[in-house]
Parts: sequence; C-alpha cells; structure tokens
Amino acid sequence: MRDPNSFASYFNFSQVNWNNLWSATVETVWMTLLSLVFVFIFGIILGLLLFETTGKHTAGSVILNKLTAIFVNIFRSIPFIILIVLLIPLTKKMTGTIIGPRAAIPSLIISAAPFYARMVEIGFHEIDAGVIEAAEAMGASRLQIMWKVLIPESLPAIVSGITVTGISLIGYTAMAGVIGAGGLGNLAYQDGFQANQNAVTLTATVVILIVVFIFQAIGDFAVRKIDKRAIA
Amino acid sequence: MIEFKDVSKIYHTRQNTINAVDHVSLKIQDSEIFGIVGYSGAGKSTLVRLINNLERPTSGSVYIDDVDMTTLNGKALRTMRQNIGMIFQHFNLLWSRTVRDNIELPLELKGLNKGQRQQKADELIDLVGLKGRETAYPSELSGGQKQRVGIARALANDPKILLCDEATSALDPATTEEVLELLLKINQQLHITMVVITHEMHVVRKICQNMAVMDTGRIVEQGAVLDIFRHPQADLTKEFVQEEVNPEKDDTKVIVSQLLAQVPDGLILKLTFHGEQAKLPIISEMLKRFPEIELNIIEGNIHQTQGGALGNLYLQLVGKQDLLTQGVAFLNTMRVDTEVIRNA
Repeated sequence: MRDPNSFASYFNFSQVNWNNLWSATVETVWMTLLSLVFVFIFGIILGLLLFETTGKHTAGSVILNKLTAIFVNIFRSIPFIILIVLLIPLTKKMTGTIIGPRAAIPSLIISAAPFYARMVEIGFHEIDAGVIEAAEAMGASRLQIMWKVLIPESLPAIVSGITVTGISLIGYTAMAGVIGAGGLGNLAYQDGFQANQNAVTLTATVVILIVVFIFQAIGDFAVRKIDKRAIA
Repeated sequence: MIEFKDVSKIYHTRQNTINAVDHVSLKIQDSEIFGIVGYSGAGKSTLVRLINNLERPTSGSVYIDDVDMTTLNGKALRTMRQNIGMIFQHFNLLWSRTVRDNIELPLELKGLNKGQRQQKADELIDLVGLKGRETAYPSELSGGQKQRVGIARALANDPKILLCDEATSALDPATTEEVLELLLKINQQLHITMVVITHEMHVVRKICQNMAVMDTGRIVEQGAVLDIFRHPQADLTKEFVQEEVNPEKDDTKVIVSQLLAQVPDGLILKLTFHGEQAKLPIISEMLKRFPEIELNIIEGNIHQTQGGALGNLYLQLVGKQDLLTQGVAFLNTMRVDTEVIRNA
C-alpha cells in the first residue's frame, strides 16, 4: 500500500464519496446564506444605530452609541472558535441542539454581524453630508433619510461589504465544521484529515474555493450594476 | 415675508467662541430676489440655514409669514420645510437616482402617488430645460445641468421660498449666466421669494432687487441694489462694488495719465449714470447746446441691474473755460453725477 501521506495520495479520488461531498457543499452554502441574511439585517440595523448616534450630544444618543460600540467591538474581537464554544448554552436554548449546521447559525451571526455593522457605518459616513442636508431641507424625517438616502447612496459599500462578510462566513463555517457543524469543513477534517484521505481534504478545499469565487463574482457584478457614480 | 429679528448664532469650539451670525435684523419681501453678499466665513451660509431651521439660532427669531420658525419641531417643522426649496453650490443630488427620480424625491417624501409625481416631474423637467435627459444619472450631466436638476427638485413642492446657497459658485461664467437667467425666469413666472447668497457681486447685480452685505456675522449695509451700487457706504461694500463695476480701475488711471501727458489741456470729467438717465442722449444734448466744446471719450462702461442701468463715463472736454463750466453745470441739471478729475 502506498504511503497515505505521499503527494500522490492527494489525487486518489477514489476516496471521495461524491454524495457526501455534495451534501456537505449544500450544508456549507445553506449555513452561509442563512446566517448571511441575519447578518445583513442586524448589520444594517446596528450600522444605522452607530451612524445616527455618532456626534450627537443628547444623553440617550451618547449612551446608545457607547453601548453599541462596546457590543460591536467585543464580538468582533473574540476569535470565532472561542465564541462558538462560549455560546454553546445560548445555541442549545435557541436551536435545541449543539451539533449540525443549525447549531452553527447563532455563533456565525453573532460573530459576523458586528463586523458587517462597522462596514455599513463606514459606508454611511462616505455619503456627502450635503446630500443628507438636502433631504433634511426637503422635510424628510430621520426614517425617510435612512430609507431613501443613506441606504441607496451607500448601496455599493453595503453590497461589497456583504460579499466580504459572506466570504469570511464561509471560512467560519469550515471552522464550525471541525466541532461538528457539518459542511465542507467537517468533511475535510473528519473524512479527510482524521481518516487519512488526503484526496477528500483536497477536494473539499477546491469546492470551498469555487464557492468563494462564485460568491465574489456575484458580489462584484452586483456592485458594478448598482454603482452609477462613474460614467459608464 | 421673511423676517429676522435680532438673530444671533454662536458656535462654541474648544478654543473659542464664533459669532457666525451676530444680531441680524432683516426683512425680505414676498416675490423679491434678495441677495446676501460676503466673503467666505462671513456667516451667509449660516444665515440662510436659519430660514429653514437647518441651524437653530442661539437667540432671536426668524419669522416666515408670522410663523416663528425657531419654535417649530418635528412634523410641523418638516411640513414647513416642504414650502422652502433649497439649492446648493455642489448640487447635492443623489447619484443613485436618475434626473427624474431626483426631482421626484421631495414628492415621495410627501407621499404622493406615482402618477402625481410623474406629472409634476414632467412639468419641472420642461421648465428647467432638461427634456430628453430624464433617465440620465447625475454623473452623466454637466455642472449646469446638475444645477438645473437641483432647481427642479427644489421647486417640486411648489415652494413659496427658494434658498440659493452659492448656487452658481461652482459653475463657469457662461453656465452661471444660464442658471441666473433660469432663476430670474422662475421668479417672474412663479413669483417665488428667493434668497441668494453669494460672494459674487455680479450675481446680485444681475438678479436681485434688494441686498445686504455681511461681514463677520453682521449686516454692514442693506438696501436696494441700485442704491448700494451708486452710493456704497461701508468699506467692504465699496470693495465689492468696485470689483464688479470697474474691475480695471487701475487701467483707467493709466489711460488718464497717458491722456494727460498727450493732451495737456482740457477738463477731465467722470460721469456716473444710473437708472433711466443711462438711456437718455445726455452727451449729445450737451454738444448741441455747446457746439464749441470738443469732446473725447476716454473710457466707459455700463451694467444692467434689476433696478436699471448703471454706468461710468470718462470724458475729456476742451474749450473755453466759461463754456466748460456751463457744460458741467448743464450735465448737473440732468442729474448726472459728475466728478472733475482734472480741471483745465
């Protein structure tokens, strides 16, 4: 028998169970997309909160800004692998399980939403203050300004931000996979690394890369479509 | 009517206190175009923002038709702002919206349905001369076109007041003329009160009836544009008027001294015309009465203002001393301001 660690072993594709690979891919994409939906919603809300309370001097705004900033900074800073362990009790309460793709979702959202919120906030700050002033002069309410000005005018930043966040989420799902969340990370670690089937690890890696590239391409295409700032 | 009653706006920074607007009282009549002139930092932008309450005064009140803007909040303030259009130096259009959608924005905010919005937008696109460009994005427009969109957007709610914040300062001279013509046309067609702030005296001369001059937060002079151009009082006003009426004053001095050297005799006279006089044949009338006076035109200019024409004329008169004295006396009876630069 050949050395299981030889270079050639990476190409022994007979080890790959294509059905498992397919279902692992579906799990990864599903985990990523589902958490991305929540990350998008919470990220926009947190981003708006950060933007609207920055530079205001009322007590409520200052406190809200500080609280949001602390929350965002803490959860953005905790390494994901530690966060997922830390959140096991919460996960169990919310999803009823601590293994499988479903169990990974809360940790994925909590780690990625604050990160995305900061990107959304930066996008809002890039909008020309004069445009917001113009909307105020028209008699727009805060909510109308958010909906009609802030979000549409920063849409390229919002979309490219969600693309970047989505790609790091794919990375997180792989990490979550190691501790039993399923998906391509799980496949690469358990069926690949632990069972000495290097071809499985390689194949899982290639599939993850393909998923990332597709994601990036869709994001880039969308940004090009919506950005009307430069003359085509 | 817009009325400022002893309005001040004070900003506090860490190091110092800035009186952006310092005890300003001012009345702006309905349907007039009122100009506020000053160098940057004079407080003009703050002053104009006190009208729609984008800035709140530290003290004093701003009335629009007896409504004290400084007391309004929330919904009442937003409803009032819908009656006050505003255009900006850098246009402040939404890049994500087409020309049409930018113009419709104020109507969306008001909650009008699509049909009503489209109809109004079509009217405005016609009015500002942007037909055929409805689906263009701001990045595809020239500066003048962008300001036309800004104007259409500001007029969408049929406002009673239009605030113009350095609206032509980012435009080249030819485009500035076009935009000023458009503002004048809108004022005449729709009778909207306009408050124009600018650092260009030319803008005020061209479209305003009344004006104020601002310096470090205070109004140093106010009145009819024509009066201020004729008899500027404050030093700053003189500076602005000089710049606009006679930017080549030094040239004239050179010409006069050259002429004095070449033609050492005669009387050098400066005439200032204003209003209707500028249209009368005063000079030829004088020559008919005093045919022995020889006349030489050194330099002249004439400008149109909303109150009438305004001009300067430099003349050299050669002849017998008593004839010259009579000639000048005749000009004075025609109520032309005369100034003897050199007597023969």
